[in-house]
Amino acid sequence: MLSPDRIDLHDEGAEFAKISRRRSHVAILLSTVMIAMYFGFMTMFAFAKPMMGTILAPGLSLCILLGAGVILGSFALCLVYVVWANRFYDPAVRRIMN
Amino acid sequence: MQAANNPLAVTFFFVFMALTLGITYWAARRTRTTEQFFAAGGQITAWQNGWALAGDFLSAAALLGIAGIITSNGFDGLIYSIGFLVGWPIISFLIVEPLRNLGKFTFADVVAYRLRQRPVRMAAAIGTLTVILLYLIAQMVATGSLIKLLFGMPYTASVIVVGTAMLTYVIFGGMLATTWVQVIKAVLLSFGGLVLALLVLAHFDMNPLRLFAAAADKYGERVLQPGSKVAGSGWDAISLGVGLMFGTAALPHILMRAFTVPDVKEARMSILYATGIIGSFHLLVFVIGFGAMVLVGPEAVIKAGGGGNMAAPLLALTVGGNGFFGFICAVAFATMLAVVAGLTLSGVATVCHDLWVNVVRDGHAPEREQLTVARIATVAIAVLAVFLGIVFEGQNVAFMAGLAFAVAAAANFPALLLSITWKRFTTPAAVASILVGTFSSLLLICLSPTVQVDVLGRNLAEVSQAWWFVPMKNPALISMPLSFLVAIAVSLVTQEDGAEGSFREMRRRIMFGASGAAYTGR
Repeated sequence: MLSPDRIDLHDEGAEFAKISRRRSHVAILLSTVMIAMYFGFMTMFAFAKPMMGTILAPGLSLCILLGAGVILGSFALCLVYVVWANRFYDPAVRRIMN
Repeated sequence: MQAANNPLAVTFFFVFMALTLGITYWAARRTRTTEQFFAAGGQITAWQNGWALAGDFLSAAALLGIAGIITSNGFDGLIYSIGFLVGWPIISFLIVEPLRNLGKFTFADVVAYRLRQRPVRMAAAIGTLTVILLYLIAQMVATGSLIKLLFGMPYTASVIVVGTAMLTYVIFGGMLATTWVQVIKAVLLSFGGLVLALLVLAHFDMNPLRLFAAAADKYGERVLQPGSKVAGSGWDAISLGVGLMFGTAALPHILMRAFTVPDVKEARMSILYATGIIGSFHLLVFVIGFGAMVLVGPEAVIKAGGGGNMAAPLLALTVGGNGFFGFICAVAFATMLAVVAGLTLSGVATVCHDLWVNVVRDGHAPEREQLTVARIATVAIAVLAVFLGIVFEGQNVAFMAGLAFAVAAAANFPALLLSITWKRFTTPAAVASILVGTFSSLLLICLSPTVQVDVLGRNLAEVSQAWWFVPMKNPALISMPLSFLVAIAVSLVTQEDGAEGSFREMRRRIMFGASGAAYTGR
């Protein structure tokens, strides 16, 4: 087991900075997509009510379709992050530690 | 129609109580240290924790309240469902890993990590306890009136029953018992919701669109379209969204669950599971709400009392008969009980870990003393919750849960995010941002129609003339950016000693964990 102090040697290394930066980029990118998706939906709900009320098919309006889409999209983004973190981030962190 | 006349409902209720108290007895024998009391020894699996997160988060409002709004207003109820979900990805991307790797029991551990402990912990405790108290009052009052409605038990008695059961779980079983109560409740709630939705869809060839079309035929296309139920003005809807999204990402009792799992990977997985469970449940509630609209009718739901809350139970009676009605009522009861237990436990963690250990005792208190303080705090918070629940009987407290989210978004979220991302962030900035976030949210809500018109009963036309009037019912759109601005401004004019080194050390720990152990052997 390594303590953070002992990792110090590698710390200034390019690898740590690279992984740390990549994690920030992924987190910021996914958060931006999530925030844009939700507030895009809410802005349309708040300011474009007639358009959101368009009936696309019997029983289906645009707002119901998009609303369900936001719910599924939130889960999908979480899934993307978890897959990325498990497949790429964790192994990369383990590599620096060893 | 009441469940009290229904022997099955009463049986389900007693089975649930017996089972959870049995678990509490089992958990009590495994709760000897603060690590066990507050974090179940970090031994909960991701799958269990995902269910427990859903259990903590899905209050009775999720099933009864949102279904009721959909039954009487149609689509608008979905705005709440979506709002309650969209904070979870934010927790996942920005919060959970730093939180798990830096903290011990509370989110204040993270904010205070490289800042001065005492001032930050005190401010964070003010923010946290405000959120918990507002949420607890909302839950207790709703619980009292719902149990009165469902079981015919007098209001005061039902508040006391809930308070006592919650106290028993937390004081003896700590996080381990609370987790299992949440898991059982979340499984029962999801199962009940699934069966109810399927029974509804069976009337419509298993096709939700036919259900929605039937609703539109009966009550007009407006039920499928955005209405004005959620918020008066457009900006108010956006403000609601800000509060729900960032408030969810900073709710103390949710964040606390990051510490119950063995490592950061499990924490990340548990957020994913919780998002899936909560999202699916909200999709079921949409079907249930429309089912109640078509099969029971909004008129019958309103007539049953409780401000529309009886939509789901009445639907259960219509499509599933007496037994299923009893089951749904018992599940609603279990739901309320579990949510208040989770809230109380996080309040206790703040009082004991942040205030007692880190402020009063300067970070050094023996385990036994900490557990004693934790148990005294549990009793105090339970008594306070029951007392406030009784005091607020009959008051319109519907806004309090929303306010709890808004305060969490404005007080906790900016400090939490900036402390892990911005090197210049300083102690005075953290304190100022938490206090400004808390008090500006409270002030804005007091000057808004929510309190002025809905609670104090003033005339809207009259108060809207006053210079201090705030037209928005949801304060987060103003208070959260204000809190960020204060944090940034104060940081720029103050200096934190050794910020350079401590920030680098923190980044390292975010990646590697306390000992690095989190990444070995898995």
